[in-house]
Parts: sequence; C-alpha cells; structure tokens
Amino acid sequence: MSTATTAENTQEKVNYLNVARGIKSWLFTMDHKRIGILYLFSVMAMFLFGGILALSIRLELLSPGADMMTADTYNQVFTLHGAIMIFLFIIPSVPAILGNFALPIQIGAKDVAFPRLNLASWYVYIAGAALAIYAIIAGSVDTGWTFYTPYSTQASGAVITMVLAVFILGFSSIFTGINFIATIHKLRAPGMTWYKMPLFVWGLYATGIIQVLATPVLGITLVLLILERAFGIGIFDPAMGGDPVLFQHFFWFYSHPAVYIMILPGMGVISELISTFSHRKIFGYKAIAYSSVAIAFLSFGVWGHHMFVSGQSQYATLIFSFLTFLVAIPSGVKMFNWVSTMYKGSLTFETPMLFTLTFFFTFAIGGLTGIFLGATATDVHLTDTYFIVAHFHYVMMGGTIMAFFGGLYYWWPKIWGRMYNEAWGQISALLVFLGFNLTFFPQFIAGTQGMPRRYFLYPDKYQMLNVVSTTGSWILALGLVVMAVVLIHAMKWGRKAGKNPWGALTLEWMIDSPPPPHNFEETPKIEHGPYDHDKVLVKPDKYSGEA
Amino acid sequence: MTSDKSHDTHILPLKVYLGVAAALLFLTAVTVAVSYVDFGPFNMVIAMGIAATKATLVALIFMHLFYDDKLYLTIFIMSILMLAIFIVITLFDTLRRGDIYEQVGKPYKQDAQIYQTAPADSGAAGHGVEAAGDTTVSDSGSSHSENSGH
Amino acid sequence: MSHGGDRPAFLQHHFSDAEQQRESAKLGMWIFLLTEILLFGGLFGFYVFFRAWNPEMFINAHEHLNRVLGGINTVVLIVSSLTIALAIRSIQLNEKKKTMWFLATTILLAVVFLVIKYFEYEHKFHLGQLPGQFYTYTGIEGTNPHIFFSVYFAMTGLHGLHVIFGILAIGWVLWRTKKGEFSAEYHTPVEMVGLYWHLVDIIWIFLFPLLYLIG
Repeated sequence: MSTATTAENTQEKVNYLNVARGIKSWLFTMDHKRIGILYLFSVMAMFLFGGILALSIRLELLSPGADMMTADTYNQVFTLHGAIMIFLFIIPSVPAILGNFALPIQIGAKDVAFPRLNLASWYVYIAGAALAIYAIIAGSVDTGWTFYTPYSTQASGAVITMVLAVFILGFSSIFTGINFIATIHKLRAPGMTWYKMPLFVWGLYATGIIQVLATPVLGITLVLLILERAFGIGIFDPAMGGDPVLFQHFFWFYSHPAVYIMILPGMGVISELISTFSHRKIFGYKAIAYSSVAIAFLSFGVWGHHMFVSGQSQYATLIFSFLTFLVAIPSGVKMFNWVSTMYKGSLTFETPMLFTLTFFFTFAIGGLTGIFLGATATDVHLTDTYFIVAHFHYVMMGGTIMAFFGGLYYWWPKIWGRMYNEAWGQISALLVFLGFNLTFFPQFIAGTQGMPRRYFLYPDKYQMLNVVSTTGSWILALGLVVMAVVLIHAMKWGRKAGKNPWGALTLEWMIDSPPPPHNFEETPKIEHGPYDHDKVLVKPDKYSGEA
Repeated sequence: MTSDKSHDTHILPLKVYLGVAAALLFLTAVTVAVSYVDFGPFNMVIAMGIAATKATLVALIFMHLFYDDKLYLTIFIMSILMLAIFIVITLFDTLRRGDIYEQVGKPYKQDAQIYQTAPADSGAAGHGVEAAGDTTVSDSGSSHSENSGH
Repeated sequence: MSHGGDRPAFLQHHFSDAEQQRESAKLGMWIFLLTEILLFGGLFGFYVFFRAWNPEMFINAHEHLNRVLGGINTVVLIVSSLTIALAIRSIQLNEKKKTMWFLATTILLAVVFLVIKYFEYEHKFHLGQLPGQFYTYTGIEGTNPHIFFSVYFAMTGLHGLHVIFGILAIGWVLWRTKKGEFSAEYHTPVEMVGLYWHLVDIIWIFLFPLLYLIG
C-alpha cells in the first residue's frame, strides 16, 4: 500500500517518515522525531495495559464483596496499575513523546544534543518495561508502587525484579533530562533567546532539572532496598537498628519531585494550547516561565508531606507543611495567567482546546484538594482514604494526561502530516471529561466518609458511590477508545494537513507537515516571538489543498 | 582562530598542576597526622574542612571550573546544595523523632505562676489549677471559677 | 544533508561548529556528574543519620579501619588525578606519546587502589566485620556495630565500582588515542573521562576522613 501512495505522489517531498524504510531504519534511528514515535507506541501500549488493570479494579469494587478476584490478586493488580502508570506511562509520556518530537524544532535545532543517548534512553526504557513485565509473570508484586519497607523486604513475590525494573527506568529518565537541558542551553538557533523560547520548552527545562536532581537518589534507595531484601544489611530493619521511615524519606525525596516531573511538561503543553486557541498573546510569559523553575526547586522541600502519619518528628512535619503551601503559589500563578490569556481572546473550540479547558477544571479541583492534604490537621483524617486516590487522579490524570491528550491532538497533524476528524475528536474529549469526573469525583465523597484506599472489601454504605465511579470508568474507557480510533484513522486515512493547521506561531508550524529529516533546510531566522498573536497574523491552513 | 582556541581550552602551565598535587598530598598528610590527636568535637570540623579544601582544589583547577563557563560551577554547587537540603531537612526528623511524646502529660508552661503555688488539695487536676489561679491572680481567678461552672 | 565541505569528520551533523559540539558534551558531562554526586549523596545521608543515632558506636567501629592503608590509597588516587590531568594537557599540546603514558599510569594507579582495597576487604571478611546479618565480630562496643559496616561497604563498594568503570573508560580513550583519533583540535572524550575520574577522586577525598579518620 505504501508503494501505491508514493507512486501517486511522485513529487511528494522527502520527510522524516519516508526518508528511510524498514524496521532497521527505525530501530537504529538517531532522529529525535522517530525516537519520539518509538516512544509513542511503546508508552501507549503500557497505557493500554495499565488502563485494563484500572478497569478491573473498578469492576471488582462495583460490589462490596469478593467477586472476580481474590484479595491477593487485587493487591497485585493495584500495585501493577500504579507502577505501570507512574513509571512506564506518565513519567515518559509528555517529555519522551511530545518533547522529543517538538522540543528541538521549537528552538530551531536539527536534533537534540546527544542523539545516541536519546536512542539509548528508549532501549533502556524497553529493557525496564520488559523486566517489569517479567516481574509480573515471575510472581507478582503486591507492595504498592511505593515499595514501603519493612513489607517490601519481607513479602513474597518478585519484588527485587520489579525494583530493578524501576531502577533501570530511572536511567531512561535521566538520559532524557540530560539531553533536554544540554539541548536547550547549547542548540538554540541564533536569535532564539531565553525569552523567545516557547513555554513548552521552559516546562521541559524545569522537568529536566528535577529529573537529573531527584532520580539518582531514588536509584541509590532502590539499590539499598535490593541489598536489604537480598542480604539483610539492616539499614531499614528496626530489629537490626535500622529505620523504615528513612526509606520513606529517600523514596519521597524522589517521588514527590517526580509528581512535578509528570505535571510540569503538561503545564508546558497547556501554555502552548491556550495561546494558540485563544489566538491571543500569552498573558504573563515570564511569570509562567519562572514559575516552572520555581516549582522545580520548591518541589524538593516538600517530600515529608507524604509522611505526616508515618511517625516522623512533628518539627519536620511543621516545616514540610509550610513548604507545601509555598508550592501552591507558582501553580496558582500559572492558572491565573492562563485564564487571563483567554480573556478577550477569540476562542475556538477544537479538540485540543477542549482538553485544555478540561485541564483547567480538573487540575483546579486536584490542586485545591491538595491544600486540604498539606494542612496537617485535615491530612491526618484524610490520609489513606479514597480522598487521596481522588486527589491524586485529579492531579495526574486530570492534569498531566489531559494535557498530554490535548498535545497529542495538537501535534498529530505535524507528526503524521494528516488531520484527524474534528467532530469525532470533540466527541472523544467530551466523553473523557464526563467519564473522568464521574469516576473520580465520587471518590472524594467516599474518602471523606472514611472509605480506606487499597482495601478489597468495603461496607455496604459505600456501594452507591462505587457504582457511580465504576460506571464512570466505562464512559472514560469508551472516550479513550473513540480517541484511539480517531487518531489511528488519521495516521493513514486523514486528509493531508497543511503547514500550520492552527495558526500557531512557534517554529514547528513554519516547516512542512511531516517535517523534513533534518527539520530545517537552513538555519531558521527568528522573526517573531512564540506568542506574538497581536503582531503577526497567520492564516491557518488545516488542509494542504487550501490556500 | 588559534588564539581563540587556546583561550577556550586553557592549557595551564605544568607547575600549576604539580603545585596543586603537592598541596593535595600535603593536606592528606596533615589530616592523617591530626587524626592521632583528639580535639573533641573539632575532629569533625578539622577533617571535613581539610577535605572540602582538597575537593575545591580538584574541582577548580584539575576540573577547570575556575576557568570554564560559570554554568558548570553553578551545576556543581547546585548538586551540593540539593544534597545539603535533603540531609538537613531529614535531620529535623531523625534528630527530633519522638520528642513530642515527652511533652504529653506535662503541664503547659511549667514555669507559669499558677503551677508553683498549687495547694496540696488538688485531687482533680483541672480543679487544682483553677483553685491555684484563685489564690494568686485574683481578678482573672474569678473569671476562671465562672468558667468552671459551665 | 548538504553540509559544507570544510566540516571535520568528528563534527556531528546537528552541530553548527566544533565549539558548539564540545560545549554541549561538556555540559552533558557536568549534568551527569551532578547525578553522580546525588547518587553518592544518598549514602552520605545514611552515614549522617546513623552516625547521629549511634555516635559512640561509629567512633569505636572506625578504629577497626586501617588508616595507613586508607591514607596510601588517598595518595594513590590524588596522584592518578594528577596524571590524568597531565594526559589532557599533553593531548592539548598534541603530544600523543605522552598522553598515552599518562593514561596508562592512571590505569596502573587505579589498579593499585583496587588491590589495596582488596586486602582491606579480605581482612574484614576474615574477621567477620561484615554488613547486617553477616556481622559476626564481637570486639566493638556500642549499639548495632553492623550498621557501620553496612554503610562502610555500601560507600566503598559503590566507589570501587566507579573505579572499575573508570579503568574501562580510561582504557577506551587510551585505545582511541593509540589509533590516532585525538588531537589538539578534538579530544573531547579524553576531557570527559578526565572529569569523571576527578569526581571519583573527590568522592574518595570525603570518604577517607569520614570513614577512617573521624573519631
């Protein structure tokens, strides 16, 4: 079929997709765009896997008793759902897929600074994913994705394999971080000053800082956990004079900043989308840029708010609670700037914009409920209830993943050179919005009424809320299936997209769709800022046939 | 072009390298020698001070941080800063763990006047405190007794 | 694809000039070193927390480390740091023979370091001064002396792994120097390996007093 396509467009331009063919040209590629696509398929496969696990958790919780799985299976399923979604899906989603594809083009570079390291990061990711799947087959893990000691050093199952998989995945994340920071510092096109960089690039820069600062600490923690479990070195074992709470300090010193590894790139995507679809200059460019960096640094002082009830010292709790409130400030700055960007803009409501608006709604709820949890008095009551589950999903799925979906729709025409079906795209966005809120909002209520998380059985009085939640999960799944069909259909059969379907002003929209192999034939000239909608008017060309 | 190059790579004179190495070896000898003498709490300060000096010499001269783009120096300092933040904040927990339990059961503000003059008849703790308030501070003491009537 | 004909062979297609390529590599290397510092930093954290909990035990246990051997190893690493710095200086001056000699000396010193470390480990294994549940020695007073050896073996073990990796990396650049790939114009890999080796030295500079000297 591909030969037929090339035959009918003999003078079709050379682009990164058709420049070389065959499986080898993909597996040994150094092109950041192709590596982005390798990531796209592998990460989405993991999302499918994690999603099926999530649906089975919800299905089991439809009724109070034991229905389709045993309690042990249930523990393994929620552990795998967490570990896969966090380490194999959300962390690489926006940076490794969209970042890899768009970042070098947005700053006018021909590639990332270290293409070989970039490819290596994908292979390391695949190795980590393979090991994680092997851990599932070899004997499941039921420690939860946090691997708390002393349970994780004593429980049966393939804990060491799973921890090793996460350790390896950390390298993938570090490689991406090193690459992005070096690329942004050294490979910007002439004239691309720091304040002319798109905010997506700023978001990825802040993400890179966290990735390289936090991930090594997780690495050493996991190594020590393996040593503790395998050889009993005693540093986490209270019977031998060790301290299990130290594990939590080390774990959260990575894993709380990791939450910002997940959300900051998503915030970067939102900054792009909100300006493009409001057709208005972004409000408070520098405030958004600096708040990303501020979040990156503040995120390192808040890890102890996961440990308010772990028996840590009350003095530490006070400090952590205070610092936690501080992090809310830069996030709030971003929200206000985005909303101000919409004011008096000429909004259009294509699918990426619908996901952006969903992000505002869900992330605001997720962020504000986070304040409840940062306050020690309320946190003590809400810890380990479904309130936490709901809060976490509102921030992660309602934040990062909504931004990721918006970004996928936004860059899809650039990645494949073909438009998706707008009407069906909008339907998928509405279904996802509806399904998401129906799934997770009832969990806030269940949590405040005292329903604990990670429990297999629950009292009858919570059943109504759980039925609503499970129904929501089906609507959410339907929305995602529609989205998958729309996007896959567009890859092959969509109408040919023009250079700039949205009338955006960042550099990737100035080159062909799909981009040529080395992005720019000549070093690009930076003629305007990334959001100068007040100075420059670009006519959108959705389809390549149009003028 | 060539002058540009040498400006960039900074080829240091041989004696600089040898001098730094000599200083490092000398400091190593000092720190070992000093370790045989007990300075009490200053053992740690002296040893770490010497180690920090040696590390600074290696970083600034051998690793060229003194001559290179200050971005690299910033990165180096940032890593140490982050480490310090992690260790110091965690120490707030590990050093003070359990302190709160020592406070439980102790009266608040032990040096307050009301506790010192507590009479012997204070069988019930709450009443005893209020009775003490009565004897020492007369005006506030009356309001206390009114409150206890609720 | 149409690059100018005057581009040197070592210059990758996405860099506009050699300067940009060198600067990028150096920045990448420094960020990598930052991750290394934080990796070891976790272990330094463990040292601090456990020492604060068991101050007496740490002082008693450290007496059982041989500070003479530790001191000799410190000298060995400092000299190796000097030789690799001189190797970089030589390649900057285009003196390939000297570069190779200095690199070879560095490898030799790294091996000496490991041999001395081996004898120290061997002695500890013999006495049963081992981490955690393997600890069988009885001569140290204080609470949980096995914790000290957990920390000791974790820190020196990770450092030792870095030394082994360093030997491989220096061997690799030595081989490439022999093949004539490096010159005054292009010697970035030698510089990068040098930075790495200096960091290994810096970490030992801290490990030595913390473990062997502070009583």
